Amino acid sequence: MKLSEQSFIQSAATVRTTCPYCGVGCGVNASMGKDGTLAIAGDADHPASRGRLCVKGSALGETVGMQGRLLAPMLRDADGDGGGALREATWDEALDKVAAGFQRIIAEHGPDAVALYVSGQLLTEDYYVANKFMKGYVGSANIDTNSRLCMSSAVAGHKRAFGEDVVPGCYEDFELADMIVLVGSNAAWCHPTLYQRIARAKEARPHLKIVVIDPRRTATCDIADLHLPLKPGADVALFNGLLAYLAQQNRLDAAFVAGHTTGLDDALAAAGQGGNLLEVARACRIDPQLLRQFYEWFAATDKVVTAFTMGVNQSSSGADKVNAIINCHLATGRIGKPGMGPFSLTGQPNAMGGREVGGLANMLAAHMDLDNPDQRAALQGFWQAPRMAERPGLKAVDLFQAIEAGKVKAVWIMATNPLVSMPDADQARRALAKCELVVASDIALGTDTNAVSHVLLPALGWGEKDGTVTNSERCISRQRGFLSAPGAARPDWHIICDVARRMGYAGFDFTAPHEIFDEHARLSAWQNGTPGQRRRLFDIGGLAGMTRAAYDALAPLQWPVLAGAAASLAAQGEEQEAAREAAQEADASTRLFGDGMFSFPDGRARFVATVARAPANLPDGDYPLVLNTGRVRDQWHTMTRTGKSPRLAEHVPEPFVDMHPQDALLWGVKAGELARVVSGWGSVVARVQHGGGIARGSVFMPIHWSAQTASDARVGAVVNPAVDPVSGEPEFKHTPVRLEPFGVNWYGFILSRSELPLLEAAHWTRIQGADFIRYELAGRKPFADAAGWGRALLGVAPHEHGAADDEGADWIEAEDRNGGVYRAAHLVDGRIEACLFVSRRQDLPARAWLAGMFAKERLAPADRMGLLSGRAREQGVDAGPTVCSCFGVGRKTIEIAIRQHGCKDAAAVTACVKAGGNCGSCIPEIRAILAEARAVEN
Amino acid sequence: MPGSAAQLGVQLSGTRRGWPGLGGSLTMEAHDAPDVDKPSLVVIGNGMAGMRTVEELLKLAPDMYRISVFGAEPHGNYNRILLSPVLSGEKAFADIMLNTREWYAEHGIALHAGDPVTRIDRKRRIVHAQSGLAVEYDRLLIATGSKPFIVPVPGHQLDGVVGFRDLQDVDAMLAAARAGGHAVVIGGGLLGLEAANGLRRQGMEVSVVHVTASLMNQQLDASAAGLLRATLERRGLRILLERQTAEIVADEEGTRVRAVRFQDGEEIPADLVVMAAGVRPNIALAQSAGLHCERAIVVDDTLQTYDPRVYAVGECVQHRRATFGLVAPIWDQARVCAAHLAGAGHRRYVQQATATKLKVTGVDLYSAGDIVGGEGSEDLVLRDRRGGVYKRLVVAGNRLVGAVLYGDVADGPWYFDLIQKRTDIASMRDQLLFGQALAENAKQAA
Repeated sequence: MKLSEQSFIQSAATVRTTCPYCGVGCGVNASMGKDGTLAIAGDADHPASRGRLCVKGSALGETVGMQGRLLAPMLRDADGDGGGALREATWDEALDKVAAGFQRIIAEHGPDAVALYVSGQLLTEDYYVANKFMKGYVGSANIDTNSRLCMSSAVAGHKRAFGEDVVPGCYEDFELADMIVLVGSNAAWCHPTLYQRIARAKEARPHLKIVVIDPRRTATCDIADLHLPLKPGADVALFNGLLAYLAQQNRLDAAFVAGHTTGLDDALAAAGQGGNLLEVARACRIDPQLLRQFYEWFAATDKVVTAFTMGVNQSSSGADKVNAIINCHLATGRIGKPGMGPFSLTGQPNAMGGREVGGLANMLAAHMDLDNPDQRAALQGFWQAPRMAERPGLKAVDLFQAIEAGKVKAVWIMATNPLVSMPDADQARRALAKCELVVASDIALGTDTNAVSHVLLPALGWGEKDGTVTNSERCISRQRGFLSAPGAARPDWHIICDVARRMGYAGFDFTAPHEIFDEHARLSAWQNGTPGQRRRLFDIGGLAGMTRAAYDALAPLQWPVLAGAAASLAAQGEEQEAAREAAQEADASTRLFGDGMFSFPDGRARFVATVARAPANLPDGDYPLVLNTGRVRDQWHTMTRTGKSPRLAEHVPEPFVDMHPQDALLWGVKAGELARVVSGWGSVVARVQHGGGIARGSVFMPIHWSAQTASDARVGAVVNPAVDPVSGEPEFKHTPVRLEPFGVNWYGFILSRSELPLLEAAHWTRIQGADFIRYELAGRKPFADAAGWGRALLGVAPHEHGAADDEGADWIEAEDRNGGVYRAAHLVDGRIEACLFVSRRQDLPARAWLAGMFAKERLAPADRMGLLSGRAREQGVDAGPTVCSCFGVGRKTIEIAIRQHGCKDAAAVTACVKAGGNCGSCIPEIRAILAEARAVEN
Repeated sequence: MPGSAAQLGVQLSGTRRGWPGLGGSLTMEAHDAPDVDKPSLVVIGNGMAGMRTVEELLKLAPDMYRISVFGAEPHGNYNRILLSPVLSGEKAFADIMLNTREWYAEHGIALHAGDPVTRIDRKRRIVHAQSGLAVEYDRLLIATGSKPFIVPVPGHQLDGVVGFRDLQDVDAMLAAARAGGHAVVIGGGLLGLEAANGLRRQGMEVSVVHVTASLMNQQLDASAAGLLRATLERRGLRILLERQTAEIVADEEGTRVRAVRFQDGEEIPADLVVMAAGVRPNIALAQSAGLHCERAIVVDDTLQTYDPRVYAVGECVQHRRATFGLVAPIWDQARVCAAHLAGAGHRRYVQQATATKLKVTGVDLYSAGDIVGGEGSEDLVLRDRRGGVYKRLVVAGNRLVGAVLYGDVADGPWYFDLIQKRTDIASMRDQLLFGQALAENAKQAA
């Protein structure tokens, strides 16, 4: 993507920054290519990725740029109903409206009548300011984040087990382990560089055992020694069974349990209720032999990392699943040491940073707890906060329900798209439609959420914004801004401070992100005891006091970073790097809990007695299948960024529902055709496919498509809003659904250089191409006049009757009216502008060759002729110049006939290849060819 | 064998009777004594149909007949289809000769060129020529072809009004073209357009006058005709559609054409008028001989007329209501007729779909089969106005029955083949418009 409207503002040729996608947190080197495009490469020095990038990260250069950006504040004129048109506004106007709206509602209804709904896409600094604004100044904990949909079960599990939200291990443990168990994780697609790291470790040490526990046979299973395709939601039963097995086999670490934990007996008692191995296998719907294999390996292997992600977290028993896993590690003492431990793989680039600043409704900043009065007081003192939140705020699902109920009257949404991503997303839409004041800070203009918001605030995106993020292994890493701010866009922290100051709040006078980071670092050490005592492990006091230059030069490092231990960190460059390594070795921030000391006051970890529970909503006669949701490899969240990359669109261009072929037969749907997926909450339409390793009884759908990219594929609308009672995380992985065929009369697609207006197709998907937008279509209403319909759709005037052939649009068409086939292409000055293909059957040509035509400034005649066939005009055998035009016989064909069949005269040639057999005008030429052939022979 | 002379009951004696002194260069050496025992085949018409039949016969039974050929034109046999390139200057007359006089001599055929037959005496089985020559026959082949239809408007007999049928017409046109000026071609069919193109290439200002709203309405639909019209207009032809010619206006002396006037009163200058408004089968001779004729000489599937000794082929025949103007069916007739003359009478003439190409350099046009279609027929249409490409395929019951191609005719012969073979095209229907390579791939994939 050319950066004509943005400039590279860094003096350095190459800027080191961090990828904005998953929680692996890979280092990215960004530089301006000679052709004016942004060049992206992996940062070989980044500890998280060591120079590797996945396909999404590699395509970052295609996702910057002005296309689709929100560039100025916008207000919706008709207040309150969301039905008015958007208009551009000044920052002052927009900020005044937000501040006044919040102030009025707080004054009339109290602080809990307003809320922030933020995102793991925010930088730590943005997050910190947002949290401070709500919990210390508005005086409500109604700030929740899309991390609630993603990581909150891990947070709850960590807090219940360790007393603090801590990931004990680090990525290196995956290389040091002798066995890696991946639970509910399709790391191959969702954490690709970490997966590749595991794959390389496996290659180097084949005895490294990889176990994948997942209802789906995903791409991650490629390197697995063992795949346990467990019944959706049965993870607690499986790990309870493991704990019981370990106890039976006498494989517990009695000394560790006795010295550093409490609650094993209750946990074992609860686990034992799951019965013997056969009963566990039945409960998990796994072959007992496979289950035994896993248990035996786990029992026999000391260095085990159990990594888990959404398949565990996104569950109504998500926290219990996390604790069932941690229980097994605590019981065997496999925690805090190289090559072992439970490992939460975070979904988002800065979910961890958000957790560190307390960006969830039930947390305070710096790993302090809302329900701990001492910590509440400490924080109030530090902030000099006028009005501290005193009780947990509303978690995401509750928040949107409170909005619909009218309890929350103003909501400010930042860097997230809840109308797509929330469960029961239609409820979220109803809620926002009712809300008095919906403010959205975003980088994209066209989002489902913006469509119902009253105030849009343009924020900075990746490459523009400046701050820090924390990845899954607690590594704090800088995201650096190197592109000028587009339009009127501002950093999120800046916008929040602007509103806060307008509301009369002190403490928001930050002028740069390093000032915020400094406050955040100081807070982490604030009233946090002294080393050696029981204290909050999250302490980055050693990073306090950095100058702008030191902050800008900050190399990636893992927390904790204690004051004193890393005094030299303020230094820059290689010295700092050396210091960082020395510091990490010295204070063992690489792994936590290695000393057996946990964050509870007694220093002991807690076993949590977990009892296997079925998912909240179970399949029944009406909804007999279980819907599982997740990501595809090359898209991120609701596609506002990755959706701009043609390269990324190629992998999975359309929303799909993947299922077992026998289920498809049973429910009357067919691969390649459309089906409606219906739950008790909503429905979507997607193309049926097989091959995703789905067991019978389940279906899988991707989460990425919104109302901006598909007519009816917001999978959130189908997902049930059941949540985990402890973490509040929704059960995205288990919604009972049924499938219905989505009957259409025609299928079609369009490739167009320009955006097309609202399509009247019954079904459509919008896909970004390199030089075009692709629309996949399907329709119910048969058209009487396909040509008229096609021209109207592509904005081409009809060919006027009597007009000359070279007048009007350059429009090529092919029609088989009875066959229900229509194909057309629109050219301008010899360049393809758009093409349209519709058919009654699923037999449309491949899009790839046509896509290539859009790269050409002018189509060659052969390309033009191939357009409507959708593929290159095949080069047949070269028959040479035409000799017989009646039968289209070329000179070479005749020469071959003479040579191979020994034709002696023209009549023989005619008998052989027809040439000359009609009008005979070519017979003299044939005779001449015969004479030449004879001459050659002689 | 059934074809032997004895079995045919042909009277073999006295064959020289009534062949009085042949003059000029027409020699009878080949028919000297050794051949007197053979039956006599007389061919009336030295055109393409008759001579192709003779060639086919010679292949099957080279020594079976004494053959006499009468032709109105004073030449050997030439390829009438190629008169257009002769007119346009792309070919010379020598290029289009099919059978020279030497060929006739080599094959022992008595050629009476420039001596039209005036009467057939079927009772006595003798043909009488203009020269007074009379020849007995055992078998008679009538291949008198057709003649241009001269629209009977006032002035049609003036000097400077020609048809476009034979070399003489071409000579007349070329002579007129050397003088330059305006030519008016009446008739926008295949022949008229070829004449118009030739005259234009010879430097004349040419107008084509056509009665209906689109050119070549026998072979093209309106869309293809529109493209053709645009192409021809770009090449400098003036196309006047839906015009009824009212009069061919004479010059002051009242002898030579000066202008053409239409029924709406408009008058356009004309130094040459070419009548190309269709042909009429040349059946006067057959009619006067009492052979059954409708629009043309009625023949059965063996090309025999109602008189079993008399055969007819070519443009002068009517077979099951159809008459013929294109060469392909006539080649078929020649093969069947020759087989029967040779006594190998197992062949039947079956009408096949026909294909047409316009012999105008730079115009790619192909029409094959039934382009009108009927109830239940379906159209596949490809249209590229700017690119000058139009294709319409007529499908009936999963068979291709007709094709009109304009601008891109490379697949014409393939479509024609599909039409003739009645190939089931269901599996390649979606690719059919895009040509042989893609469609046959599709078929293989299906």
